[in-house]
Amino acid sequence: MIEARGLTKKYGETVAVDNLSFNVQSGKITGFLGPNGAGKTTTMRLILGLDRPTRGSVTVNGRRLNQLAWPMREVGALIDAKAVHGGRSAYNHLLCLAQTNNLPKRRVHEVLDLVGLHDVARKRTKGFSLGMGQRLGIAAALLGDPQILMFDEPVNGLDPEGILWIRNLMKALAAEGRTVFVSSHLMSEMENTADDLIVIGRGKLIAQSTIAEFIAANSQQSVRVSTPQRAEFAAVVAAAGATVRDDSDDRLVVLGLTPAQVGDLAFEHGVRLHELSPAHASLEQAFMELTASSVEFQAGLPGVAPDQQAVGAGKVN
Amino acid sequence: MASVATHERLIGGAVAEHPRGRAGFIGTMRSEFTKIWSVRSTYWTLIAMLVVCVGLGALFSWGATERILALKHGVTFGGHPAPPGALANREALIKSQAASLSLFGLLIGQLIMVVLGSLTITSEYSTGMIRTALTAMPRRGTFYAAKAVAFGFVALVTGLVTSFIAFFLGQTILSTQGVSTTLGAHDVLRTVIGGGLFLAVCGLLSFGIGAMLRHTAGSISTGIGLLFVVFILSNFLPSPPSGWFGQADFDKWIPFFAGAHIWQSQLVGVNPFSPWVGFGVFCAYAAAALIGGLVLFLRRDA
Repeated sequence: MIEARGLTKKYGETVAVDNLSFNVQSGKITGFLGPNGAGKTTTMRLILGLDRPTRGSVTVNGRRLNQLAWPMREVGALIDAKAVHGGRSAYNHLLCLAQTNNLPKRRVHEVLDLVGLHDVARKRTKGFSLGMGQRLGIAAALLGDPQILMFDEPVNGLDPEGILWIRNLMKALAAEGRTVFVSSHLMSEMENTADDLIVIGRGKLIAQSTIAEFIAANSQQSVRVSTPQRAEFAAVVAAAGATVRDDSDDRLVVLGLTPAQVGDLAFEHGVRLHELSPAHASLEQAFMELTASSVEFQAGLPGVAPDQQAVGAGKVN
Repeated sequence: MASVATHERLIGGAVAEHPRGRAGFIGTMRSEFTKIWSVRSTYWTLIAMLVVCVGLGALFSWGATERILALKHGVTFGGHPAPPGALANREALIKSQAASLSLFGLLIGQLIMVVLGSLTITSEYSTGMIRTALTAMPRRGTFYAAKAVAFGFVALVTGLVTSFIAFFLGQTILSTQGVSTTLGAHDVLRTVIGGGLFLAVCGLLSFGIGAMLRHTAGSISTGIGLLFVVFILSNFLPSPPSGWFGQADFDKWIPFFAGAHIWQSQLVGVNPFSPWVGFGVFCAYAAAALIGGLVLFLRRDA
């Protein structure tokens, strides 16, 4: 269990983390979402005690990290896969970390096997690819067989195979009852893996809920309709109190009515339908709408009004 | 990239039981020894220090024997006829300085020790390893102490080995003209051991500077400036008017003059501290740097 209470971190005048309070529940995968620059990495650094909070506190299993008896055996973290001495071999890198917590050499071999780096264990890490570096970072996090694992943007820059590997790993870790706290700036990454969500923007908490609650609260159901009588049916639907707009494929998107209601309306008014399909706004879209106002560096899309950008950039399934 | 971790493979069970006690100094020190001996720069730097110290000492010893050899043929090194008594004077002079003559390479060797001391801590920052390391051992005081002790131990052992090898090789060369000395002679053992101590403290001073500056180039420059440049400059700066505040009482506080009297007596400035007192002053400088480094290390974000 990770608990943050009023966590605040300022770097000079810049507020990186602003009065953040949240709980990361044990035995679940908690996605930590926010746009780039939202303060995710800073929050993780505060949890690990790398940075000292300006105000507030954060505890792991009820204690600050430096008060844990065997830190590596309770928390494993991958913040930055490049944070290794490139002149040291993978084996020695893991060994020097293991020794701080009196972990046996056997364990170093185990984690090297686990992440598939055994063949290059004696190679210096400066020659490692991004994927190998990421695996080494994960090996270091798993060294102490900890109950709590933290990964900061673990799939960044990985190829599809590497992404799949990390996803499966996180699921396997959670299946063993471990707590996984993983940050990402991509909602789609969390959609399939996380149980809980913590969303921040500009250092502030925007939402904390389970993934199901988040979907229910943030995604509007819509109905996609394809008909040869578009203009006519649009008027019918609008008259029934729903919002209607054209999507890019010349279909109508109806908001505020269920598929059954739309079908009944069409029947009553004798409108022929070629397609009637329910659509959920994707989590990506919900996330973008939620954080649109808190993106640190907002880029304008050419030809799109700012209030439509979030919708335009997300895809409707 | 083929292997996919499965549930079964993750349960190593290797470390499921948490031992008693807590992660502390001993484990962290072992970790620091692993760090020191698992990068090539350590070996290169230590070999460079050994070669420079032993090699320069041997060259200086050889140079001294050449001069004596010339005088034995009745000419000075420049080829002029030697004045009467020159040989005996020269022999007595060399014999009295035989130990520090063979250690002359330490003058340059200290600079290499500065590099090693700085790199021990600044490389953690330049590579980012510090963040990984402090996640594994978040008790910063323990981490810093373990690092300083492990490095200090390596620096002391290699310093002593270097000093003794330089001494014995130098004496072997000097003995060809009968001007060598032995460890049993007055102050010689102190000189040779002092050479090793001096190198170790140079390293620790630089370690402290590295912890304060966290930047390799900056802390190496600072260390070299402090140890090497300041004492050279002091030889060229004009003396203050006598009786003013007195260069005599200023010089001896220069780190190199204070610290190096323990292994040589030529470059000690005017009115120096005695060897052990001077070395104590030098240690105090190193302690100040180490404490400064510790205070900043405890306070700053990593």
